[in-house]
Amino acid sequence: MTTAAHPIVIDGQEFTFEPGETILDAARRNGIDIPTLCHLKGTAPTGACRVCVVEVQGARSLVASCVMPAAPKMVVSTESPKVMAARRMVIQLLLASGNHNCLVKGSDGRSYEEYASRLKRAGGDLEPCPAWGDCRLQELAWRYNVTGGRFSPTPPRYPIEDVNPFIVRDFARCILCGRCVQACNEVQVNQAIYQGFRGARSKIVAAGDRPYRESDCVFCGECVQACPTGALVEKDVRHRVRPWETRKVRTTCSYCGVGCQQEIHVKDNRVVQVTGVENVPPNLGSLCVKGRFGFDFVGSSERLTKPLIRENGALREASWDEALDRVARRLSEVKAGSGPDSIGVLTSARITNEENYIAQKFTRAVLQTNNIDHCARL
Amino acid sequence: MTNTIADIEQADVILITGSNTSENHPVISSVVKRAVHLKGKQLIVVDPRRINMARYARKWLRPNLGTDVAWINGLMHVIVSEGLHDQTFVGARTTGFEALRKTVERYTPEYVEKITGIRAADLIEAARMYAGAGRASILYCMGITQHTTGTDNVKSLANLAMLCGHIGQPGTGVNPLRGQNNVQGACDMGGLPDVFSGYQKVTDEGARRRMAAAWKVDNLPAFAGLKVTQMLPAAHDGQLKAMYIIGENPLVSDADLNHAEQSLRKLDFLVVQDIFLTETAKLADVVLPSACFAEKDGTFSNTERRVQRVRKAVEPPGEAREDWRIVCEVATRMGYPMSYADSRQIMDELRSVTPSYAGISYERIEQQGIHWPCPNEEHPGTPILHREQFTIGKGVFNAIDYLPPAEAIDRDYPLYLTTGRLLYQYHTGTMTMKTEGLNEIAPECFVEISPADARSFAMPDGALVSIASRRGRIQARLKISPKAVQGTVFLPFHYAQAAANRLTNAALDPVCGIPEFKVCAVKLEKAA
Ligand code: SF4
Ligand code: SF4
Ligand code: SF4
Ligand code: FES
Repeated sequence: MTTAAHPIVIDGQEFTFEPGETILDAARRNGIDIPTLCHLKGTAPTGACRVCVVEVQGARSLVASCVMPAAPKMVVSTESPKVMAARRMVIQLLLASGNHNCLVKGSDGRSYEEYASRLKRAGGDLEPCPAWGDCRLQELAWRYNVTGGRFSPTPPRYPIEDVNPFIVRDFARCILCGRCVQACNEVQVNQAIYQGFRGARSKIVAAGDRPYRESDCVFCGECVQACPTGALVEKDVRHRVRPWETRKVRTTCSYCGVGCQQEIHVKDNRVVQVTGVENVPPNLGSLCVKGRFGFDFVGSSERLTKPLIRENGALREASWDEALDRVARRLSEVKAGSGPDSIGVLTSARITNEENYIAQKFTRAVLQTNNIDHCARL
Repeated sequence: MTNTIADIEQADVILITGSNTSENHPVISSVVKRAVHLKGKQLIVVDPRRINMARYARKWLRPNLGTDVAWINGLMHVIVSEGLHDQTFVGARTTGFEALRKTVERYTPEYVEKITGIRAADLIEAARMYAGAGRASILYCMGITQHTTGTDNVKSLANLAMLCGHIGQPGTGVNPLRGQNNVQGACDMGGLPDVFSGYQKVTDEGARRRMAAAWKVDNLPAFAGLKVTQMLPAAHDGQLKAMYIIGENPLVSDADLNHAEQSLRKLDFLVVQDIFLTETAKLADVVLPSACFAEKDGTFSNTERRVQRVRKAVEPPGEAREDWRIVCEVATRMGYPMSYADSRQIMDELRSVTPSYAGISYERIEQQGIHWPCPNEEHPGTPILHREQFTIGKGVFNAIDYLPPAEAIDRDYPLYLTTGRLLYQYHTGTMTMKTEGLNEIAPECFVEISPADARSFAMPDGALVSIASRRGRIQARLKISPKAVQGTVFLPFHYAQAAANRLTNAALDPVCGIPEFKVCAVKLEKAA
C-alpha cells in the first residue's frame, strides 16, 4: 500500500511508506529521529525496551515504533509530553537495574555508598563503567536529562564472568535488552546464548548457564558490538582503553578472503581494538574471532625492525643501504651468470594489489623472467 | 566467485563442498546459516568430515577422500537421466553436452556408491534438490582444489552448474572461497607465471608489446615461468639459483616440507621479505623487514572480486617499510628506476594497463568497494559474472573421468589423512600465534580421530601419538571427535612444531600444480 493518497503523518508531516515498514523505518527514512535501544537492524523486532515508544492517535496506549507497522492515515507524535515522560521512566528504571555508575553524580550520596559496599561484597566492578562515552543508555540518559537517582539500584545478582580470553560479561550492567541474543542467533547464527530464567532472576545465558568458554560460543564478538552498555566488553579494552583516547581508521581485514570492513582503534601508535563497520558490505558489521581479536601481531615485539644479512653463517643487523645493495648485486650477478630464468620470485596473497603489481613489474621488466607465483594454492 | 557474498542468501539451495565454512570463512558461513535457519533455504554439504555446517544441512553426503569427480558425475548422471537439466540453457549457452552425457552415463548411483561411499539414495535426492531448485549456488574451497585432480574437480562443478543453468543469475554460480585475504588480488595483479595483471597472457604478443611500452623496456620474456611447486624442485636440481620470497612461508605451507627445506638450502641466494623471522626467513641470505597491512595504504580484492581500501593506521616498527618501497629500491639499484609517491600513484598506473581494474579509482571505493571487471569510471562494476554470456562465448562442458588420488591406504599406512585449518588460527600461524587468547583456545596441533578408530587403536583422548606417512613423522595429541569419520584422520596445518606438511604428498595437479594436501596415507602409533 504505497500510496501517496494514504500517507502516514509523523509529527505533522505527511510521508509515504513501503509495505512492511514500521513506524520507525518510515520516520528514519524521512529524517525523523526516534531513539531506540533494543532494536537491532536486520533482526526481528522484540519490543523489549520501549524506549522507542510513540503516541498514535486513537491508540489506547503508547506503541513501540520499532514493532508497529506503518499504516495509512496513521497520525504519530514522536516527542509528545506523554512520550517524553514514558521514555524518561524507562530510562530511569534501566539505570536502576544494576551498576550504572557512570551516573553516580546524579544519585543521592547515601544510597550510592550503600550500593557500592554491597557491590564490593558481590565482587562487582567499582571502577567507572568501561563503556563510559560509548554507551547507548548513557547517551539516552543525557538526552532525556535523567539521572540515576530516582530509584535505588537493584543489587547485582550474578558475578562478573571473565574466564575466557576475549570477552568480559558484567551482568550488573546488563539491561536485558536482548540485542546480544539477536546478534548471536539472527545475525551470526551461532546460537550460543539465549534469555534464561524469569522475572528478577532474568539473565542472558549460554549452554544452560555456563561460561562462554564452555558453550557453542566462537568468540566472534558480534554480541559485544551489539551490546549498548558495559555489560559485554572486550577483555583487553576494559578499563584500559577509553573511547575518547583512540583514533579510528577504516580498513580491510587481513586474514581470510571475505574482506571484512573493519575499524582499527589506535592509541599511542598501537592497535588496541577492532570493530566491524556497520551497514557496509560484505560483512555489514560482523567479524570473526581472528578479525576482531587477532591483531596483536601488529605490535608484537617479535616483528622484524631492521634488515638482516647473513655473515659467517649467521644473520646480523644491517643498514637498508647495505642490505639493498647486497640484494641488487647478487640478483644482478645471478641474472648475468645463469640467466634471468634462474631467478624465481614468490609474491604474496597477504600484500596489497599495488605491491603485487610492483612485484610482477619488477620480476618481468627488471629480472626479465616470468618465474613469479604466490603460495595461495598451498 | 561468480556471484557475491550477499547474493548467497537468494539461493533456494546452497551446495557447500570442500569448504569448512564456519571455521575458514566465518562471516560467509553466517550468510549461509541465516539463509537456512531464518529463511528456510536448503543446504547440501558434501564433505569427508562432519563439519559444523553439516548441522544446518538438509543432506550431508560423505565421500571418500579424493572422489569428487565421481560424485559430481553421479549427480549429473541422475540429473540427465531424469531429464532435470536446463535444456534451454544447455542448448543456447553451452557446447560439449553430448560428450558429457556419454561420460556421466557410466556414473550410476550404484557405481558412484562403490567409489565414494555415498549411498545411492542420498545421491539421487541431492541431485533432485540441486537441479530442482529455482536458484542454486555452489560454494567450494581448498577441499576441492588441493588434489591431484583439483582442476578436474573445479571443472566438474562448473559442468554441474551449467547443466542446471544455475549460473549468471542472483543466487547461483560457482563460488570459490579464497583462503587468504588477497589471493584474488595477487592473481589479478599478475602474481602468476603465465599472465600479466588482468590475466593477459605473457604468450600473447600484443599483451607483451603493450606492457613493454608501458614499462619502457625493449622486450619481455615470452614463455610462461615456473609455478611455486616447480620452483622448489628446480632449486633442488640447481636450475633455480636465487629466490626473492615476499610475505610467504613455504617452509610450513608447502607439501612435503622435508624436500622444500632441502631445496631452499641449495639456492645460491635467498631474499625473504616479511614481517617476522619466519621458518623460511631463517634460511635467507638477506631478510628485509616489511610493514604489515595496518601500516600501509593500498587495496585488497576479496573473494567476490570486490576491490577494497586498506588504510594506514599505525607507523611500522623500527625501520620496516612497505613492500612496494623495498622492491622499488631493489629495482632502482639494479639500474631500472622505479619510484612512486604513494600507493595511489601505483594504482593509477596499474589501472592504465589492467582493463578489468580500469574504472576502479581510490575516490570511487572510498566508502564501498567495487567488483571487477570495471572497464571505466562510469561502470558500476560487475557483481555477477556470466550474466548474458560466458567470457569465452559459449560455456564448454568438460567430460571428465574419475581418477583415484595419488596415494591409497595399504597394510603399512592404513588410515587416510586430510588437512585443513582451524577457526582460531590462520595459515602458518605467524600472525594468529601472537595473540595469546587464540593460542589459549587452540594451543597445539592435534589429530582428530573418530571414536571408532580410537577404540580400535585402543588410544584414549589426549594421548600423545606419532603419525607417520611415507615422507615423514610428527607427534600430536589425539582428539576424539564426532566430526571425524572412521578411516580418516584430520590434522590442522598451522603448527610449525608439528607441521602436517611433513606428512602430506607433494604429488601435483598436472594443470595448476596444486599439491594433494587433502589426501595421503598414514599410520598412528603410540608416541615413543
Ligand atoms: S561472541 Fe559470538 S558466538 Fe559468542 S555469544 Fe557472542 S555473538 Fe554468540
Ligand atoms: S548483555 Fe548487553 S546486549 Fe545483552 S541483553 Fe545485556 S545489555 Fe543487552
Ligand atoms: S573478520 Fe574473519 S571472516 Fe572477516 S575477513 Fe577477517 S578473517 Fe575473514
Ligand atoms: S527500540 Fe523499540 S522496543 Fe526497544
